[in-house]
Amino acid sequence: MKSISILEKRKSQIYRKGTDEFDMTCEKKSLAGSVSQRACVFCGSRVVLYPVADALHLIHGPIGCASYTWDIRGALSSGPELHRMSFSTDLSELDVIYGGEKKLEQALLELIEEYKPNAAFVYSTCIVGIIGDDVSMICKKVAAKVNIPVLPVHSEGFKGTKKDGYKAACDALFKLIDMNTEPLEKIPHSINILGEFNIGGETWIIKDYYRQMGVNTVAVMTGDGRVGDIRQAKKACLNVVQCSGSLTHLARKMEVEYGIPYIRVSYFGIEDTSSALYDVASFFKDDPDIMKNTTRLVQQEVKNLLPELEQIRKDLAGKRAAVYVGGAFKAFSLIKALRHIGMEVVLVGSQTGTKEDYEVLKDMCNPGTVILDDANPLELAKYVLEKNAHLFIGGVKERPIAYKLGIGFCDHNHERKIPLAGFEGMINFAREVHETVTSPIWDLVPRNGIKG
Amino acid sequence: MLLRHTTKEIIPRKALTINPAKTCQPIGAMYASLGINSCLPHSHGSQGCCAYHRSTLTRHYREPVMAATSSFTEGSSVFGGQANLIQAINTIFTTYDPDIIAVHTTCLSETIGDDVNQIAAKAVAEGKVPKGKHVIHASTPSYVGSHVTGFANMTKAMAMYFAKATGKHNGKFNIIPGFVEPSDMTEIRRVAVAMGIKPIIFPDTSGVLNGPQTGKYKMFPKGGVTAAELTSCADSIGTIALGPLASADAARALDAKWKVPCQVQDIPIGLAATDRFINALRIAAGVSVPDIITQERGQLLDIITDMHQYFYHKKVALAGDPDHLIPLVEFLVNIDMLPVHIVTGTPGKAFESRIRELTSHLPCTVNVKAAGDMFQLHQWIKNEPVDLLIANSYGKYMAKDDDIPYVRYGFPITDRVGHSYFPTTCYKGGMRLLEKILDVLLDRMDRDAPEEKFELVM
Repeated sequence: MKSISILEKRKSQIYRKGTDEFDMTCEKKSLAGSVSQRACVFCGSRVVLYPVADALHLIHGPIGCASYTWDIRGALSSGPELHRMSFSTDLSELDVIYGGEKKLEQALLELIEEYKPNAAFVYSTCIVGIIGDDVSMICKKVAAKVNIPVLPVHSEGFKGTKKDGYKAACDALFKLIDMNTEPLEKIPHSINILGEFNIGGETWIIKDYYRQMGVNTVAVMTGDGRVGDIRQAKKACLNVVQCSGSLTHLARKMEVEYGIPYIRVSYFGIEDTSSALYDVASFFKDDPDIMKNTTRLVQQEVKNLLPELEQIRKDLAGKRAAVYVGGAFKAFSLIKALRHIGMEVVLVGSQTGTKEDYEVLKDMCNPGTVILDDANPLELAKYVLEKNAHLFIGGVKERPIAYKLGIGFCDHNHERKIPLAGFEGMINFAREVHETVTSPIWDLVPRNGIKG
Repeated sequence: MLLRHTTKEIIPRKALTINPAKTCQPIGAMYASLGINSCLPHSHGSQGCCAYHRSTLTRHYREPVMAATSSFTEGSSVFGGQANLIQAINTIFTTYDPDIIAVHTTCLSETIGDDVNQIAAKAVAEGKVPKGKHVIHASTPSYVGSHVTGFANMTKAMAMYFAKATGKHNGKFNIIPGFVEPSDMTEIRRVAVAMGIKPIIFPDTSGVLNGPQTGKYKMFPKGGVTAAELTSCADSIGTIALGPLASADAARALDAKWKVPCQVQDIPIGLAATDRFINALRIAAGVSVPDIITQERGQLLDIITDMHQYFYHKKVALAGDPDHLIPLVEFLVNIDMLPVHIVTGTPGKAFESRIRELTSHLPCTVNVKAAGDMFQLHQWIKNEPVDLLIANSYGKYMAKDDDIPYVRYGFPITDRVGHSYFPTTCYKGGMRLLEKILDVLLDRMDRDAPEEKFELVM
């Protein structure tokens, strides 16, 4: 592994704290030919809108884009599950030549008739952008016939990065919100929860905290999402945005259009969850009960989890972790949470971090920590070995690499089944890390020189 | 609920696929490329395609899956992807250093009309391809055929790029195993060698996508057909292509260009298809079937004999790829089961007629559809319930909804292990298939048996 060289053009996207001067390059397209772990615009839109469970999600393009995204994200719904079906216009060669508009219109009409969804999202894929189907026009035409919102999502894969896909999804959500012309009446002490996708039931945990605090949740975008709730979103007093990139665009738009302020939070780890709840509580100063409730809630929850966390910490103290996630905001939380269980982060990277994000990461990390933007598997493997990590936190493509190297793995992406949000999530996370790092399997497999 | 979305009433659909039983060409091409030694598959299109294919293959094989992408931008989609691909070729050879780059196209690069052949030639002319290294390519538009088509196109491409006859036979036999598991490729090799054949198997993903835990991460694991073997396949005595859709094109192209006589067989799944495969090998090698193979056949037959009463007229629904479904349906019919609903997402009428031939004598109506989908299959099941479902992991929704004994088979299998290590081809694989089928059928009998009829000996 020592012979692995780093691409000359990639050097500015890798930083070692303490040795290099900080001038991180990021937010650029991956270098052609690199084995990037990143996805596309469509992927970004699809993951953001996917949890809206009572909407129809129709993918306009050849079959692949629908096949690869069929029920792969563990975003749970408490009611309808239409989002877990896979609908595609399955464009064929003739459609590519003559256009797919007719097919799209017919598919929409058939599906809406059959499933009576409360809204429909139509995702444009690469090919649609090339053959020039007027998806917006078809959506308008169909909406006029069926009397539900039919929203185009302009997510042609090549038109930017995954982040642009988030933006396209935000635009579609905004349209949905903006269509509602009812008089704008604020619901007292109310929030929208943005950027929370109910993976493993996380939305339910968070919503329950707010309920205990005395704060009303108007809409969640998009975890366990419902079209009806989203259409009421204007009535909230505050937008609480989680997850670095995905829904900030919508929050900004809602601030400009409806004057709804927003705050950025994270529900991962003890500190971040606590400050999220306190931040929301202090927004509603007019009702001191909310802060009182919050203080009580946080104290109780922290008290509940500390003894077990202490136990786990004993086993994990001094172990080293590598973190490679989609958004950098998640990485901030992970670093803090890992410290709580005694672990040190030796490598941290993200697919979509901004320069400011990497500044924050740099300040959070210990000297010697490697910071990566848009890493490839060779780089990840190289630094995991060099830094003697015991644990890798990442997504589906990183898991087998970690296992091949003989180190533990924890999925912090959409394939996980357990909630990692909130106080409850912190314990789940600690247990999961403990489970994998202390597994006896690592004594049986040949580990490539990783000690201690 | 997800499981309750399938309506019993069947309304004809024209414009729409619900719950697909196929995926697109490029992933098949990527899988085939991974069966070449020291080869990095390269997706000439948007970044997402490559990420999706790698994720799907990773979920199925639970192995690192490496591939690069041209990372198309709006600019490349207007001005063409030539600059991206040439830069990619340069990046890949300087950073990852494979021996071969296998480029496949996507709907995007196909539609804007990129000529990969010309681009690859330009890369060579510009010195971007180091001496002794290769760039091969296949055209795999996502809007034509399915993942099987992509596999076939890349398999043909690797043969046609490398094959070069010296005029002297190499004493070997080409076997194109089709879109099967790495475990099946190993098994096909074992059987061929046992028959006295020196095989060149391509592609061969064994050792690449079912590698051992070594404590090391290798970007290019040991497995895969080598460039030298591929070159030499023009000198082989003959080619057996297993699976008309996935393998025949490559075999026929070798025959046409290099006069390597080819025959197209079904993938050896089950008794009869394996018999035909063994017979073809026997004739090719000019040997009689060795005892070890005869014994395995006998064992397979023995299981069928011992348990035949449990197979009798059990109705089966299947979804999968044509090359698998044809011998599988034949096998089920041979052991007295009734395959009543059969769907593939892959288009092609030949599939329907082959299935009709195989099932024409059955005492039941048989529904069969090419270019169908899982939704259609589920509707058929709701109208005519079955005793067994055989499908990839997406079959689990139907199995749960209608409480059907269920055997996972095909691609992808994302919720169980075993497929990449244990074959379902040849006689041994047939035994494993029967074990899997019997397990779910007998488990069901146990589950549903009233206490007084709950039997120890079955």
